[in-house]
Amino acid sequence: MPIPSVQTPSGRRNLYPHAWHDVFPVNARLPKPTEQEELMYRAIQTFVVALCLLAGCLATGLRAEENIRPLVDALGATAFPQKIEAVKALAVSGDPKVGDILQNLSDGKLYAPKTGGAVYLEGPSGGTYLDVLTGAAVAEVPGNLAKIRLNNGLRGAIGTALSQLMLLSPDRAARLAASRDLLKDANPDNLDLLNSALAQEKDAEIKATMEAARAVILLKTEASAEDKKAAIDTIAARGNRDALTILTAAMNNAPDDLKPSIQTHINAIERSLAAWDVAQNVWYGLSLGSVLLLAGIGLAITFGVMGIINMAHGEMVMLGAYTTYVVQQTIAAVAPGMADFSLAFAVPAAFLFTGLVGVCIERSVIRWLYGRPLETLLATWGISLILQQAIRTIFGPTNRQVDNPSWMSGVFEAGGLAITYNRMWIIVFSLGVFVALLLLLKRSKFGLQMRAVTQNRRMASSMGIRTPWVDALTFGLGSGIAGMAGVALSQIDNVSPNLGQNYIIDSFMVVVFGGVGNLWGTLVGALTLGIANKFLEPYAGAVLGKILILVFIILFIQRRPRGLFALKGRAVEQ
Amino acid sequence: MKFKSQILGAFLASALATTAFSSVQAAEDTIKVGVLHSLSGTMAISETTLKDAMLMLIEEQNKKGGLLGKKLEAVVVDPASDWPLFAEKARELISVDKVAAVFGCWTSSSRKSVLPVFEELNSILFYPVQYEGEESSRNIFYTGAAPNQQAIPAVDYLMNTEGVERFVLEGTDYVYPRTTNKILEAYLIAKGIPKEDILINYTPFGFSDWQTEVAKIKEFGSAGKKTAVVSTINGDANVPFYKELGNKGIKATDIPVVAFSVGEEELAGLDTKPLVGHLAAWNYFQSVDAPANAEFIKQWHAFTKNDKRVTNDPMEAAYIGFNAWVKAVEAAGTTETDAVLDTIIGTSVPNLSGGYSTVMPNHHITKPVLIGEIQADGQFEIVQQTPQVVGDEWSDFLPDSKDLISDWRKPMSCGNFNVATGKCGGKGS
Repeated sequence: MPIPSVQTPSGRRNLYPHAWHDVFPVNARLPKPTEQEELMYRAIQTFVVALCLLAGCLATGLRAEENIRPLVDALGATAFPQKIEAVKALAVSGDPKVGDILQNLSDGKLYAPKTGGAVYLEGPSGGTYLDVLTGAAVAEVPGNLAKIRLNNGLRGAIGTALSQLMLLSPDRAARLAASRDLLKDANPDNLDLLNSALAQEKDAEIKATMEAARAVILLKTEASAEDKKAAIDTIAARGNRDALTILTAAMNNAPDDLKPSIQTHINAIERSLAAWDVAQNVWYGLSLGSVLLLAGIGLAITFGVMGIINMAHGEMVMLGAYTTYVVQQTIAAVAPGMADFSLAFAVPAAFLFTGLVGVCIERSVIRWLYGRPLETLLATWGISLILQQAIRTIFGPTNRQVDNPSWMSGVFEAGGLAITYNRMWIIVFSLGVFVALLLLLKRSKFGLQMRAVTQNRRMASSMGIRTPWVDALTFGLGSGIAGMAGVALSQIDNVSPNLGQNYIIDSFMVVVFGGVGNLWGTLVGALTLGIANKFLEPYAGAVLGKILILVFIILFIQRRPRGLFALKGRAVEQ
Repeated sequence: MKFKSQILGAFLASALATTAFSSVQAAEDTIKVGVLHSLSGTMAISETTLKDAMLMLIEEQNKKGGLLGKKLEAVVVDPASDWPLFAEKARELISVDKVAAVFGCWTSSSRKSVLPVFEELNSILFYPVQYEGEESSRNIFYTGAAPNQQAIPAVDYLMNTEGVERFVLEGTDYVYPRTTNKILEAYLIAKGIPKEDILINYTPFGFSDWQTEVAKIKEFGSAGKKTAVVSTINGDANVPFYKELGNKGIKATDIPVVAFSVGEEELAGLDTKPLVGHLAAWNYFQSVDAPANAEFIKQWHAFTKNDKRVTNDPMEAAYIGFNAWVKAVEAAGTTETDAVLDTIIGTSVPNLSGGYSTVMPNHHITKPVLIGEIQADGQFEIVQQTPQVVGDEWSDFLPDSKDLISDWRKPMSCGNFNVATGKCGGKGS
């Protein structure tokens, strides 16, 4: 906007008899005064119009605030369908406050009389209420206020409404979540919104999701055949189970000429999913195998190496899980910021604590019973009952809550595989424990002594090894590893006094199947049983699958009594 | 020496006499009530709470002056989650301790184990847990929910409010889930749900690796119709099941799960934030807004000296059963079994959801059915409450039992009267 800088009284023309004139005087000496004036006029006009628009907006905003009040108060209705209607109406009202209102509703901060009526926002201190729209404190409220209840339908409606508002948010994660919600909801009313959001979206992943959402909506509307065909291709290109769901649903009300095309896509997706299913089953099997490995590897030491039938092994796992609980509670009380790393403290704590318990059990009970397997079995069974009841007395019979740290929650997709973080970390952890144990046995002095004692006790003793202490420490090591297994299992199972009982049979199964006294046997045995179980489960069901595995093991032990990897040599023959 | 032993003898004799005297005294002054719940073993997780609840109810009654002018005395035994031991302990309570009535059992197996004992020795058992029905005994009162007081209203809610058209019936492999699922399947088919839209699946007790099962549910739910899971999974297996659901990101708005064995106690071991919106059907939730409930929770917190202890549905069932028994004994003026069996039918006592529960002639009670959604704080938000429902012992949806009714009033006094043939099929179940 050219603003004249020199003022000449002679050329002054009173074109605009108002205050602007004095602020922006017109210069008559400029080459094309009329055009200049014209520009000036336009500039001012634009400014005024903009100002009016702004004022108008403010005015309508104020009006909208009062317009949406009936809608907000409708949220206090008693019936869920009315509340859902109110949420939908609020979402399309375009009022800037709707986002906050819906968020408050979703967080349970809105109150209304039990019999239905005006809605209030929970105040900062208990018993005070604010006006939902203005945020001003309300002195007089009805006496029977109660939190507005949500159900799944209403929660879904709020989610969709918030997604519509978030679709243009600057935050990438919010936009992605919003576009996913819209894909799930696929309401034709959102088509225009999606189109405008698509036009300015730059992120590839969000754009793909939005396009899929748009395609699903197009399938529901009266779009042209070409548009629908393109939409079907867009959806099919996603190639996952959701796409299959959408196409199967679309199949029911598609025009006849599109059906063959949809069917081809469905078949193609099903074929690729079937291939991924095999990989997914292997993954599930590995995951179950790693849990079996963790549970069994401690027993591979106490039972496999030392030959003690340790029925209290499961309770060592349980003690490990309770140690995790105690550590997590302590950290939550002392240093809440460290909560995500509580497992890093729990692993050594569980190892030391259960290892110590193991040493005590060996010194006080088991060492008197060497060479008497039946008595050892009964004694350790008794110990397991004592430990269970002790925990029940101290912590109570109900489950304790052990939280998953944030890095162990959720799921990610790798190709067609859905991999949950907690299972993945447990696989990593169990392999880590396995490798550490292997190194300890093969490379350390303690491992050497341990092997010497188990292979030839008298000779080892003659060589100056203190065999009783090696026995105690070996039993402690086996128990300590069981305790670390408990830390991992607390992430996927109940932390209750019965935790150990669920794993004792499985542990013995793994050790016997893999070959007594051989760590590699335990590894292969655990993974084989895990994968076999997970391949049987979809066909035979969980109950029959487990029975089949047990029958298989019985038959296998008949053929190879020493398991997969039998120890050879004189030590075994004794 | 002789003198010494004489003194000792006299002392012993007097001690003996005192003991004998005091035990006679005790037998006259108190009314004994048996509490038969496992305090050790697998079921201790659920049953210990009920034992505490019974002790509290008895203490409260004693504060009100006891019963028939006598104090109540609880005799607590531990059947250790061992079904045959339940029968032995029940026999001990009735014949040795001479209890007036027994409150106990949790699993159907334990109930089936004690049933012949109660019929043989003619005593009364109050059974406070939801069960599969298909049973009626002269000596047992079923104050928990029958299938029509829990399972069927829950499925109705799913169909009517959530618009569910496809159902996964997921259960632990034992008698309660199997019978309930049989009834539900017959009911759903009667409601016009095609058979291919119902998937029934069982897992073993204490099942902990839910990856395949949850994937199967997700796959079944991707057929383009709204799908829900009806879960009769038993206590211990629930935590890993919900953890897997949460981790797989299956939200209640996608595939809601409605559970019949998950209450406030079971949720106490779980982070419920990923589970908000999943459902449970019971006759009581701790979140019920009623003065009687507020009073009950206050008493419970004071009794357990822990204001974080939750209350649950079987506790309410025990509360109703106990109060009905107290009222019936007061009406009969005696604790004698036959007299109480006559007066208890038709007895109405307040329940905790703000209404009254009445003992019906079929030894079941009336109560409302509540549908609740799990909240982030481990409590349930009640989203639907039905009017009073009468417990139906013989399901109308199974061909074997649809003609059977039970009426223990004289002169019929029959647990399985066949209305088609007009004959009583025999005593008891």
